[in-house]
Amino acid sequence: MNTIVVGQLQRQFQDYIVSLYQQGYLDNQFTELRKLQDEGSPDFVAEVVSLFFDDCAKLINDMSTSLERPDHVDFKQVDSGVHQLKGSSSSVGARRVKSVCIAFKECCDVQNREGCLRCLQQVDYEYKMLKTKLQDLFNLEQQILQAGGTIPQVSMN
Amino acid sequence: MSLFHVLGFGVKIGHLFWMLCCWFVSWFVDNGIEDNNNNKSGLLVGSVGDLEKTNKMTTLKKKNFFNRISTCGLKIPSFSYQFLGSVKFNKTWWRKLVVAWVVFWLLVSIWTFWYFSSQAMEKRKETLTSMCDERARMLQDQFNVSMNHVQAMSILISTFHHGKIPSAIDQRTFSEYTDRTSFERPLTSGVAYAMRVLHSEREEFERQQGWTIRRMDSLEQNPVHKDEYDPEALEPSPVQEEYAPVIFAQDTVSHVVSLDMLSGKEDRENVLRARRSGKGVLTAPFPLIKTNRLGVILTFAVYKRDLPSNATPKERIEATNGYLGGVFDIESLVENLLQQLASKQTILVNVYDTTNHSQPISMYGSNVFVDELERVSLLNFGDPFRKHEMRCRFKQKPPWPVLSMVTSFGILVIALLVAHIIHATVSRITKVEEDCHKMEQLKQKAEAADVAKSQFLATVSHEIRTPMNGVLGMLHMLMDTELDVTQQDYVRTAQASGKALVSLINEVLDQAKIESGNLELEDVRFDLRGILDDVLSLFSGKSQQKGVELAVYISDRVPEMLIGDPGRFRQILTNLMGNSIKFTEKGHIFVTVQLVEELFESIDGETALTPEGTLSGLPVADGQRSWENFKAFSSNGHRSFEPSPPDINLIVSVEDTGIGIPLEAQSRIFTPFMQVGPSISRTHGGTGIGLSISKCLVGLMKGEIGFSSTPKVGSTFTFTAVFSNGMQQTERKNDPQNNNNQLMCSEFRGMKAVVVDHRPARAKVSWYHFQRLGIRVEVVARVEQALHYMKIGTTTVNMILIEQEIWNREADVFIKKLQKEPLVLSPKLFLLANSVESSMPDAFCNGTDPPIVIVKPLRASMLAATLQRGLGIGNREPPQHKGPPALVLRNLLLGRKILIVDDNNVNLRVAAGALKKYGADVVCAESGIKAISLLKPPHEFDACFMDIQMPEMDGFEATKRIRDMEEEMNKRIQNGEALIVENGNKTSWHLPVLAMTADVIQATHEECLKCGMDGYVSKPFEAEQLYREVSRFFNSPSDTES
Repeated sequence: MNTIVVGQLQRQFQDYIVSLYQQGYLDNQFTELRKLQDEGSPDFVAEVVSLFFDDCAKLINDMSTSLERPDHVDFKQVDSGVHQLKGSSSSVGARRVKSVCIAFKECCDVQNREGCLRCLQQVDYEYKMLKTKLQDLFNLEQQILQAGGTIPQVSMN
Repeated sequence: MSLFHVLGFGVKIGHLFWMLCCWFVSWFVDNGIEDNNNNKSGLLVGSVGDLEKTNKMTTLKKKNFFNRISTCGLKIPSFSYQFLGSVKFNKTWWRKLVVAWVVFWLLVSIWTFWYFSSQAMEKRKETLTSMCDERARMLQDQFNVSMNHVQAMSILISTFHHGKIPSAIDQRTFSEYTDRTSFERPLTSGVAYAMRVLHSEREEFERQQGWTIRRMDSLEQNPVHKDEYDPEALEPSPVQEEYAPVIFAQDTVSHVVSLDMLSGKEDRENVLRARRSGKGVLTAPFPLIKTNRLGVILTFAVYKRDLPSNATPKERIEATNGYLGGVFDIESLVENLLQQLASKQTILVNVYDTTNHSQPISMYGSNVFVDELERVSLLNFGDPFRKHEMRCRFKQKPPWPVLSMVTSFGILVIALLVAHIIHATVSRITKVEEDCHKMEQLKQKAEAADVAKSQFLATVSHEIRTPMNGVLGMLHMLMDTELDVTQQDYVRTAQASGKALVSLINEVLDQAKIESGNLELEDVRFDLRGILDDVLSLFSGKSQQKGVELAVYISDRVPEMLIGDPGRFRQILTNLMGNSIKFTEKGHIFVTVQLVEELFESIDGETALTPEGTLSGLPVADGQRSWENFKAFSSNGHRSFEPSPPDINLIVSVEDTGIGIPLEAQSRIFTPFMQVGPSISRTHGGTGIGLSISKCLVGLMKGEIGFSSTPKVGSTFTFTAVFSNGMQQTERKNDPQNNNNQLMCSEFRGMKAVVVDHRPARAKVSWYHFQRLGIRVEVVARVEQALHYMKIGTTTVNMILIEQEIWNREADVFIKKLQKEPLVLSPKLFLLANSVESSMPDAFCNGTDPPIVIVKPLRASMLAATLQRGLGIGNREPPQHKGPPALVLRNLLLGRKILIVDDNNVNLRVAAGALKKYGADVVCAESGIKAISLLKPPHEFDACFMDIQMPEMDGFEATKRIRDMEEEMNKRIQNGEALIVENGNKTSWHLPVLAMTADVIQATHEECLKCGMDGYVSKPFEAEQLYREVSRFFNSPSDTES
């Protein structure tokens, strides 16, 4: 019974994570990240990811305040925020966030406030999206663990 | 023979002289017609003949010459002044020398002229003197003869007139006698005798003679012509104390009879002097009575008795009886005399009476003088009171002193020509120096231009690279975006092209750096064999594709570790091997590394190259020719080499059996951007810069590069390089990689292998690689031999390695034999193959295990892995599971204390997680400042990973500060200030700092190194790259002990 549930859950987990890859939410770096998780640090991925999302929230908040005033936008500050965000997203493997960050950075470089605002919204959207998706993933993980199963290795290669 | 020499010499001298003359003439023409005329007139006047004039003319000439010289002297600087400058001093010195030379020779020529003319003058003078003296003597002799005769006549008178009474002589007798004896007195025109008559005796005397005594002074006062002469018209003599009337006279002077001699002024003087002295006395020349010609009268006194020679004048006067006078017609007489002598035409004679010195009276000769030269000879006519002299001159002027003129002129000409030659030479030398100077300047300019070109190239390349990095980065990012397959393909192509471009630019930059001398080689320890393995792996794919055999042989005597620049060494090798593989379609590429000494030792025993001796059996170019011309080998003419002990002199040769280099292209093979032909780059690609860079790099490694190539056969490139030995350090046992190697080797240690190969060169390569793994190798040429060896061998054979070539031929035999007589402990069978495709043994069959294929090129690691697999040993860790890097990385990083610096929390966590996974002890820092405070020596960190882009303080700045702190510490340690315990026995601090960066492009890399970082890793970590970087410095012995 349990094994059936576990198997189901595991398959579900696999399908889900593959879909995440396929939809471009995640890339290989996430796999690498998951490889780093072992007995010594069982919640490594969750930890890092939650750290990432906290960062995201904070940075997006900062940037939006910077971009609020239409006259003199401190693009430097925005740029450093985007840089941070880009670095974090690539470390985590948040592919869509990273892509938006690249566009965002370009807008920033040419000091295009409109573009920046648009990108900011997009980033906000993307990270929240990813957050829910990953939340689901972690929930699935928890369920598998509770059911006494192991989390399957998923390789995208 | 000698005659020919002389002739030749004469011809040469003549030619030289002719040339000199031509120069001289042209020089004269150059100096203007006026000068020339001047000179000519000078010569004409100078040759008139008298010394003073000549001297004057010489000075005139001298002036001319000085003018000319000075104008010359002025000319020299005028045309060369603007060029000169530094040579000016030298130049003026030369000019002075030339002037001095000319002046000296001018003086010499003047002296010569003077000497020769004076010589001629002297001779002339001598001639004149002798002639004059001769004439004077003759005249004097004849005069004396006449005088003696007159004296004899006086004695005759005294004897026959006064001594006999009555007198035996009367006028008729006297005149007859004198006429008949006149030939004895050639100089006298007439003789007369006057008697001394006192006044008291006058009347008696007059009566006796029958005429009165007449005076002659009136005659003297009014001289008359001889035609009008009338003795009867003369007045009778006035009363005197005594008289001297002429009683006898020769017919020629018979008109003087009855004239009182004492009444004539000259005669009286004469008479008185004669009777007083008792000797012949002469009158001054005077016009004779009647003839009116110049004459002198010689008077002798006739005494009554024979007087002693010491009688006083008074006694003489008293004893006087009369006076005998002879008339000398000097003019006619001298003329007569001269006519008797030869060469009377050449000489002019004047005779003077010089009794009154201030007013000489001319007795003979004209006063027309032509020649200055005069000879005066004294005449002694026996009268001490009267002085006469003869002055002689030449009738003609002296001839021109042609000899002296020609000689001196010749000397002058030669001297001037020599001066001209010197002058020409000097100006030529200065001109050449000038040209040389100019050329040097041009050369400098050209070199400067070359340097500028290199710098320009470097700058432009750098400037191209920067935007190129942007392009590459963007392409990289573009690849991360959602792309369909075609787009991905486009992007990949673009990226590949961009990477090719960057590598080309890097090459150009290398070239430019080398040319501008900015390239410096590193001095690090490296493993030569490892590098060759790497390069071999690089080309293995291509060689396998082409079916070309690739092999490396490194001599045992080459030390394992060398100190030098591995990167650049690798670059050279890659270049050479890249070329080889590009142009080789079949056969082999064989890299040999040897010590130079070894090469020379082996060369004596080496036999001629035969195709069978080579690796693949194809003929190759003669490798020896490629290094024959190396300077280091032929320094003392003979081919030899003196190794200096601390240096390792490697000689590396890359031999291929490719298409070779066309002969016409061989000369420019090392010129940058020169390829064999324009078609080559189309067929094979490449820029043609590789060999030129290689040559430069080899030069930097104190080596030489050369090649020998035979078209359609192959090429052999050989280069030498000098490294230092890296084996002195004893701590190499601590070297992790070395340990690794030994670990790898230890598995095979003591094993024995048989290599079946009939080509010694190829067998040698196999032998070398197995030897490296610690396997003892026996080489046999045929399969049968191998089997035989195994049977009789005392030790067990673990493996048999068969060349594919042999296998294809003899597999059946082998397998049959094996089946027939199975060995107790069957050795494992390996096949050495060139490519994967061809390696599948076709005739494979039942029973025995299929042989394991080892695909060439042979490399230590690959060989070890294959052997492990084949022999079933060393399977403790499944190598394919995680890959060797992760495994080794774990070995490297286990227990290391590592600091990670990043302002991004997420990144920090991820990096820390990654490193922790490899067993490292990780400490995190959020900013550069914190990192600095943590890394202040002494600390216990083994390495630091540093993000570059951080707020407040970026990674570069932080690294600089860390390096500064370390340097300070090191200084203190050196000075003994810091405690050793505190430092944990460290002698020097250098923490490996690695940059973490997202853009993995070379510019950033260089920047990192500039700031004192040791390397960089991309973010997020890639195991391969991390391993590469980490292993680099955790290997090095200078690092912290593990």
